[in-house]
Amino acid sequence: MNLVYLIPLFPFIGFLVTGLFRKQLSKSLISIIGCGTILVSFIITVVLFFQIKENGALPVHALFPFIPANDFKIDFAFQADQLSILFSLIITGVGFLIHVYSTAYMHEEATAHYGRYFSYLNLFVFSMLMLVLGANYVIMFIGWEGVGLCSYLLIGYWFKNDNYNYAAKKAFIMNRIGDLGFLLAIFWLLSKLGTANFADVFAHAKSLTSFDITGITLLLFLGATGKSAQIPLYTWLPDAMAGPTPVSALIHAATMVTAGVYMIARSNILYSLSPIAQNVVTAVGLITALLAGTIALYQNDIKKVLAYSTVSQLGFMFIAMGVGAYTTGVFHVLTHAFFKALLFLAAGSVIHAMSGEQNITKMGGLRKKIPTTYITFLVGVLAISGFPFTSGFISKDEILVAAYEHNKIVFFLTSFAAVLTAVYMFRMLFLTFFGSFRGTSEQEHHLHESPSAIIVPLIILAILSAFGGFIQLPDAFGGDDFLNQFLSPVVPAVTHEDSGAAMKEYNILVATVIGLAIIYFATKKAFAVSQWTDVYSGFKKVIANKFYVDELYDMIVVKPLHNLAGFLKRVIERSGIDGIVNGVGSFIQYSARQLRLLQSGQIANYVVFMVVSIVVLFTVFWNQTVIINFLQKIF
Amino acid sequence: MPIEYYIALASALFCIGVVGVLTRRNAIVVFMCIELMLNAANLLLVAFSKMHYGIAISNKEAATAAGTDAQLFVFFIMVVAAAEVSVGLAIIVMMYRNVHSVDINFLNRLKN
Repeated sequence: MNLVYLIPLFPFIGFLVTGLFRKQLSKSLISIIGCGTILVSFIITVVLFFQIKENGALPVHALFPFIPANDFKIDFAFQADQLSILFSLIITGVGFLIHVYSTAYMHEEATAHYGRYFSYLNLFVFSMLMLVLGANYVIMFIGWEGVGLCSYLLIGYWFKNDNYNYAAKKAFIMNRIGDLGFLLAIFWLLSKLGTANFADVFAHAKSLTSFDITGITLLLFLGATGKSAQIPLYTWLPDAMAGPTPVSALIHAATMVTAGVYMIARSNILYSLSPIAQNVVTAVGLITALLAGTIALYQNDIKKVLAYSTVSQLGFMFIAMGVGAYTTGVFHVLTHAFFKALLFLAAGSVIHAMSGEQNITKMGGLRKKIPTTYITFLVGVLAISGFPFTSGFISKDEILVAAYEHNKIVFFLTSFAAVLTAVYMFRMLFLTFFGSFRGTSEQEHHLHESPSAIIVPLIILAILSAFGGFIQLPDAFGGDDFLNQFLSPVVPAVTHEDSGAAMKEYNILVATVIGLAIIYFATKKAFAVSQWTDVYSGFKKVIANKFYVDELYDMIVVKPLHNLAGFLKRVIERSGIDGIVNGVGSFIQYSARQLRLLQSGQIANYVVFMVVSIVVLFTVFWNQTVIINFLQKIF
Repeated sequence: MPIEYYIALASALFCIGVVGVLTRRNAIVVFMCIELMLNAANLLLVAFSKMHYGIAISNKEAATAAGTDAQLFVFFIMVVAAAEVSVGLAIIVMMYRNVHSVDINFLNRLKN
């Protein structure tokens, strides 16, 4: 029996129940329903995962025809193959931990808002599962839009703060720009192939012209840049930190932003046919990784640093996609989901302990005060920095190897971005947990370790971050290359040339040495907190201001649009349309006022009118043939 | 006499009447001018009836009644005009009693 439709069904039920009865249910009941539905989904996913591991992909399961029109048909169909079940595992697994974490983190909210929060979270998980389990691009697009919507709802969760609303709108609009690209790509596919089913599209991909393929893949990639926060549509992600911290962990680190990567991995057959699109993907990923990594160096908000590191890590994934190492990209999605969720949740725990303080220059010395959070955070930092044999090390190393085999320049720049990762992560670690406490005494008094609902997910994620990479341990260390084999029916396995193994050792060595050197370097510098609070000058100022990208977008997109809107409002609306309407009115008023004067009450005037009118009428009567001829000539 | 003379005379009388109505303010003079126009029309009616009668005679139509209807019409008009004069003069008298003037420009009370 094909149970795949049950996976998204349960979060949907959870969404309806917690959303509709948020005022009636108690907080603990909402927590149980909210987390329970995800747990059920997770268990089903695990069962299906082992089923698929044994027997291969399940057949496509069509629930009902979604758009039936003559001989054109789009089914509401689900598909559980190796790739989508892997993503479902990440979504439900990490999602469940984050739900549990949220029960403690959001505990001070009013009951109705608490219910609203969990209904949004469940809706988000539902949308994300639709996205990865859909068997055609249209169902995928439904999920795609759904996560965009939930992102908007959750970023603007504290809707009484206008800045948060602004961030929510920004995220939604930037996503919409990408969505347009995705939608156009779907239409393009439908017009050329008449189907959006993955199986049919990929089977007939070769019949498309190279122009079509390139166009479609580039439009799909535009969609991916919106959802996965790549240049040019990445600026919404750092602003999205306005939402509650678990939301940042769930949406903006572990799941939603990986939608673009999933989409490209899913469409790998199309991308492999278009070298131009692959190069674009690589270039965009590379530039994003470097740019975001640089910006992260000078951010002082703990969540902003993590946000930029997410953008940077997503860049790594796109580099992997671009150089054709799809499995590697998916692997990095997996490990990134672990350590980024861990980092965000640990950061949430820090913020919780610091009574809402997010500025890392005002923290310091928290190592002793909140030791469990510190240790888990440290594991996360080591993993993302690529400390040997953590999950991040293995996945990032594979990306570097793939890049090396593709192009040396890409390899060196990617390595540099990896070094940047280590630097900004350790800078944050030292500022937050080492040195002396720099907050207010009130905060110091209030410092406490978080409750177990926060700590337990942290520990589980820390274990996964540390050892999760071993499922894809490279051959050089005697690993069995599990993920590569597992995904090979959907995604072509990454194969290395003969020199691959030796090359890998070399890479690992270099990355480790550089990493350790940087860590030492960063340790020395980052202790001096004054280093980071000064007003910057020169190039540092440019970086600290995020390369003025927001200002640039403001200037070239927002301002002109505002001006256009202002022009339309002032000139077209006020002068034009209002002018016509008011003009008709005032013309009638004016002419009536003038015509009124004709009725003077002077009999003599009336008689004059009468006589003149009679004369005119007689003239017309006598000359009527002339006049009729004249009128006929005109019309 | 040729008919054109009558027409010219009637037109002249009518125009004098019109100009008088348009220019004079004295209600009695205006009234007289209206009578003048009325009589210009009467004159034309009589003149044309005589003309038709003459044509019928010259066409050897013995015991013809051609044109007589217009002359009858003129009598009716004179009767109606007499009635109109009595009403009109009565109005003018009433007006004089009320505003102590026969200036028609005083009669603009309906204006506002």
